[in-house]
Amino acid sequence: MREPDPMATELRPEPAVDSPSPGRDGPPVGASDGVGPSPVGTRPLTSAPPAAALAAESMSGRIETADLNVFYGTFRAIRDVSLTVQPHSITAIIGPSGCGKSTFLRTLNRMHELTQGTRVEGSIRLDGEDIYAPSVDPVALRRVVGMVFQRPNPFPTMSIYDNVVAGIRLTGRHKHAELDEIVERSLRRAALWDEVKDKLRSAGTSLSGGQQQRLCIARALAVDPEVILMDEPASALDPVATLRIEELMAELRSNYTIVIVTHNMQQASRISDHTAFFTMGEDRAGYLVEMDETIQIFTNPKQQLTEDYVSGRFG
Amino acid sequence: MTAGAAPVVGATRLTGTRAASRRTWVDRIMRSVAALAAMLCVIPLAAVLIYVTINGLAALDLDLLTKPTRALGIGGGAAGAILGSIQMVALATLIAIPFGVLAGVYVNEFSSSRSARGIRFAADVLVGVPSILVGVFVFTFLVLPFKQYNAFAGSVALAVIMVPVIMRTTEEILKLVPGALREASLALGIPTWRTVLSVVVRTGLPGILTGIMLAVARAAGETAPLLFTALGSRLVNVGDFTKPMDALPLFIYVNARQPVELQNEQAWGAAFLLLLFVLVVNVLVRARTAGRRAQ
Repeated sequence: MREPDPMATELRPEPAVDSPSPGRDGPPVGASDGVGPSPVGTRPLTSAPPAAALAAESMSGRIETADLNVFYGTFRAIRDVSLTVQPHSITAIIGPSGCGKSTFLRTLNRMHELTQGTRVEGSIRLDGEDIYAPSVDPVALRRVVGMVFQRPNPFPTMSIYDNVVAGIRLTGRHKHAELDEIVERSLRRAALWDEVKDKLRSAGTSLSGGQQQRLCIARALAVDPEVILMDEPASALDPVATLRIEELMAELRSNYTIVIVTHNMQQASRISDHTAFFTMGEDRAGYLVEMDETIQIFTNPKQQLTEDYVSGRFG
Repeated sequence: MTAGAAPVVGATRLTGTRAASRRTWVDRIMRSVAALAAMLCVIPLAAVLIYVTINGLAALDLDLLTKPTRALGIGGGAAGAILGSIQMVALATLIAIPFGVLAGVYVNEFSSSRSARGIRFAADVLVGVPSILVGVFVFTFLVLPFKQYNAFAGSVALAVIMVPVIMRTTEEILKLVPGALREASLALGIPTWRTVLSVVVRTGLPGILTGIMLAVARAAGETAPLLFTALGSRLVNVGDFTKPMDALPLFIYVNARQPVELQNEQAWGAAFLLLLFVLVVNVLVRARTAGRRAQ
């Protein structure tokens, strides 16, 4: 477990000028829900003073969505999704193409806001704190909820070393002496250290695809998130590289909450503890059919739709 | 019945009609005309290059490069013009880079598509504005109020020429930076401004530098914006931007018109220097972009 103290100050939101997040962040509002001024001390996502953020404790990374609806303009992409992601476990999201899996994933760290015209209704709570509350800074949120993408996307202008520490350097939390240590620790956790320790100064893009993806995972780990979202992280990789990513995820499970979107049902059944099955309704809006322990979903699903899908009868 | 459709002796259904053979001839003629037009287009460029090189090389000597301008036909050189061009273009570049690059960044990264279209259109119009109008425009607010032609006004006029060029290339280059890099950066909790600066602009930097070089080459050759601003000068002006300053295009303009052979020769020499500079910059840019494509 990581100790909360140094992080709490580091995770404070940037001054307003530094974080022109698209659309959503309004002025910090103290009491958002009328019950009482309680955002102080829950977690460092808000613009609360650092002293209050220091009180954060028992960070675990439980995500609860309630009646989540996502719109692209007038089109409803996701309808009424309510589910819970258990902390320190791997949750897989499966379903046919276009059922909103990736959209759902991106709402968990507000990355969908980069697409113009998106709108969210309902709520998402991270350890009880509404991540869409006006006081939440999406930039701070994304330091707690990191993301790994489908295609490896190391920064092409940076070396392996610089890629790993990019999140630390570019967020201005820059302690020179610690960087070496962070690089080694992150690369070790991403099971890449032994392969790159002698060429940390060469370009990140000089690595193979699988190595690049592990570099991207190391880069995400370096900012010390609690939740890692993975959007089909192995779909662009060959089977050997895929296996390495899956082994890596199994190791990361004890320290991080992982949510993975995958097209690959075998992958979901191999690595995940819980599985959520999404599909598309008549109106093309994605919705949650069923969520359960992975073994239940694949051997004894409650819904006929789920059974049809996991047995390969559609999708 | 047209003549072309009349059967030819010994014709099968596969042999050509008369219309077909006429078509062949028309094709040949039109091809030749088009090729000729293409050659005619290259001739002026080649002629300018060759003529300037021959005459310019003959006039090029150490005096031209190092001596200040002297009065009518008694020697001297273009040192003032060379130094002036360097100074004014350098200052203009310093002024134009922040405006041009920031405008390009704004249009590509932050503005709505509608205001981006508007700004882009304005920049394209600005590129097309006759450069003497830029000179007159700057004249009205940086020369008239001070009742003094000055090199600073010249630099500003050149900067106005450069800004839209830099802006458009910056924008085009940033458009090529993959969105996946922006996402990767933002997903690390890196603020937007830092993402734009350290990831997007950093990735597009070689292309932005190329755009700046092209703008420098363009500004170095401009005469009209300087006529109303820096004016030109016989004195070697180093560093005093409140006074008139000479520049290579102005030097050419003045000396080529004099009925003195030595001055005409000096104009040729200066023309060669200018041409050489623009050519070298363009070749460097080509080499850079070609190198990038090869990677």
